[in-house]
Amino acid sequence: MKSWTNATLGTRVTMRRRFSWDRFSAVATLVPSLILLGVFVYGFIVWTGYVSLTNWNSFIPNFSFAGLQNYSTVFGTFRFQSDLRNIVVFTAFFIMGCLIVGMGLALLLDQRIRAEGLFRGIFLFPMAISFVVTGVIWSWILNPQTGVNLILKAFGWKTVPSWFLSTTIVPNITLGQIQVGIPLALLAVLIAAVWQMSGFAMAVYLAGLRGISEDIKEAARIDGAGALRMFWSIILPQLRSTTTTIVIILSAASLKVFGLIYAMTGPGQEFVTDMPSLNMFQTTFQGDQFAQGAAIAIVLLLMIAVFIIPYLISTLRQNSSS
Amino acid sequence: MMALRRINRSLLYVVLIILACLYLVPVYVVVVTSLKTNSAISLAQMWNLPSSLSLSSISAAWAQLGPNFMNSFELAIPATLLSALFGAQNGYALSKWKFRGSNVIFFLILFGMFIPYQSVLIPLLRVLDSIGLYNTIAGLILVHTVYGIPITTLIFRNFYAAIPDEIIESGKIDGTGYWGIFRYIVLPLSIPGFVVAGIWQFTQVWNNFLFAVALTNPPYQPVTVALVNIAGSQTVQWNVQMASALLVSLPTLIVYIFLGKYFVRGLLAGSVKG
Repeated sequence: MKSWTNATLGTRVTMRRRFSWDRFSAVATLVPSLILLGVFVYGFIVWTGYVSLTNWNSFIPNFSFAGLQNYSTVFGTFRFQSDLRNIVVFTAFFIMGCLIVGMGLALLLDQRIRAEGLFRGIFLFPMAISFVVTGVIWSWILNPQTGVNLILKAFGWKTVPSWFLSTTIVPNITLGQIQVGIPLALLAVLIAAVWQMSGFAMAVYLAGLRGISEDIKEAARIDGAGALRMFWSIILPQLRSTTTTIVIILSAASLKVFGLIYAMTGPGQEFVTDMPSLNMFQTTFQGDQFAQGAAIAIVLLLMIAVFIIPYLISTLRQNSSS
Repeated sequence: MMALRRINRSLLYVVLIILACLYLVPVYVVVVTSLKTNSAISLAQMWNLPSSLSLSSISAAWAQLGPNFMNSFELAIPATLLSALFGAQNGYALSKWKFRGSNVIFFLILFGMFIPYQSVLIPLLRVLDSIGLYNTIAGLILVHTVYGIPITTLIFRNFYAAIPDEIIESGKIDGTGYWGIFRYIVLPLSIPGFVVAGIWQFTQVWNNFLFAVALTNPPYQPVTVALVNIAGSQTVQWNVQMASALLVSLPTLIVYIFLGKYFVRGLLAGSVKG
């Protein structure tokens, strides 16, 4: 409600903001989705959190309060500690791999290539297939008895890698119950994952590269900047927000990775390729330990929220200011 | 100088071709293995071309996967249409009729896109079971529709943001209301938006594994679960496994090949700040 003094008549005028059927319709349109998401996303998350605080670890539901017992149990297991190591290693190398490969491909494709569409299509097509298909195919290509090892042997390699069957962890630092380091078995999974998702990074980087104004590049060229200088000092800084976007989205995808592991390696010998998502699934649906599974799910959610919530807030703030 | 540039260009193409071949290696493996007969399979000859082409592996794979194909189609098409419809309406409301708090609502909707579905799986199972939709395609349709709302909303909101506000304004001046503008002005312009959202959702739903494996049992399982069962089985030859992988990928690959431009647009929907 706004009010002011009418200059001519000298009287006080009040204007009530007219109730707009249109604005009401806009909100009303959103209500069904908000209700559905309110239940299926937010309600269920709270429910899962509640379950994680109960004693429901058998087939028969048991909602007696257990406090943080499930969390301490889960964190104390060899399997979950391995999961944490694996997910950190996997996410770090997965993102680095996708950024480097994606950037490289984008730079190559930005050179006004003939058949650019064809090349782009080839690098991007793995995104159209399912993670489980990727897992099945790469489990054969990197099967130690065949696949890539056949080629390596043909080149004269005497000892070939055992890929995802390897239980070696580099370096071998004992922490808690596990060995901290990089499980070599994850290399196989990383190859498959980067193959699948690097196209995404490439596509976003390509769009970003094309968004850099020619003026800046021209000015740098006039100043005598060579290709390398141009890349480091001009292009890379301009792509900072693009890189952030890619990192956030790939992190979310990486932390959730499930189908790829399930189809390609399973948890692996000594849990070298296990991930929290697979752990939660087997704990809950094969072990009937619902409360512990819920605890793992909540931890997974918190790990993702740490990335996503700041990102969404900053993106939306940018949107509303533009 | 010109010679150097020509060498550089040739080098560029050579590198690109090598990289493209590397990316296509899995395709080669799948196709070549799918065309081999049972007896021609040997681990030592994985890379060899088939000595004789045979469709026996593919038909064996189809025999196992056929019913699941139907499940996946019955699931993907309605789920895609429904979540696209929700997305269009939401996108319209959020992009053209900004009100106090519309950004907060957008945030709340978007967050649903990023959550790990393990964090809702246990309650989801109990609720679906209690309303009788556990282990049904209809249940999966409900699930995929709801969890697809965030991304379709994002796609449409960005799509409609590109429609000039003047068009909406002129509709308001004419006296057309909220729904009139949607029906007569916005909807006719929405075809590309529906294509982008549709392709993206179809791909996600068809390829989904977690909901499929957690919420259904045979014979209602989508193809992705059937594929994993085939691949994990000790008795199935791996030529049939590769043929199965090929078959499962075909629908989304066909969509990708013919409508790739829209696929890329869906991909960039939330990523590129414009």
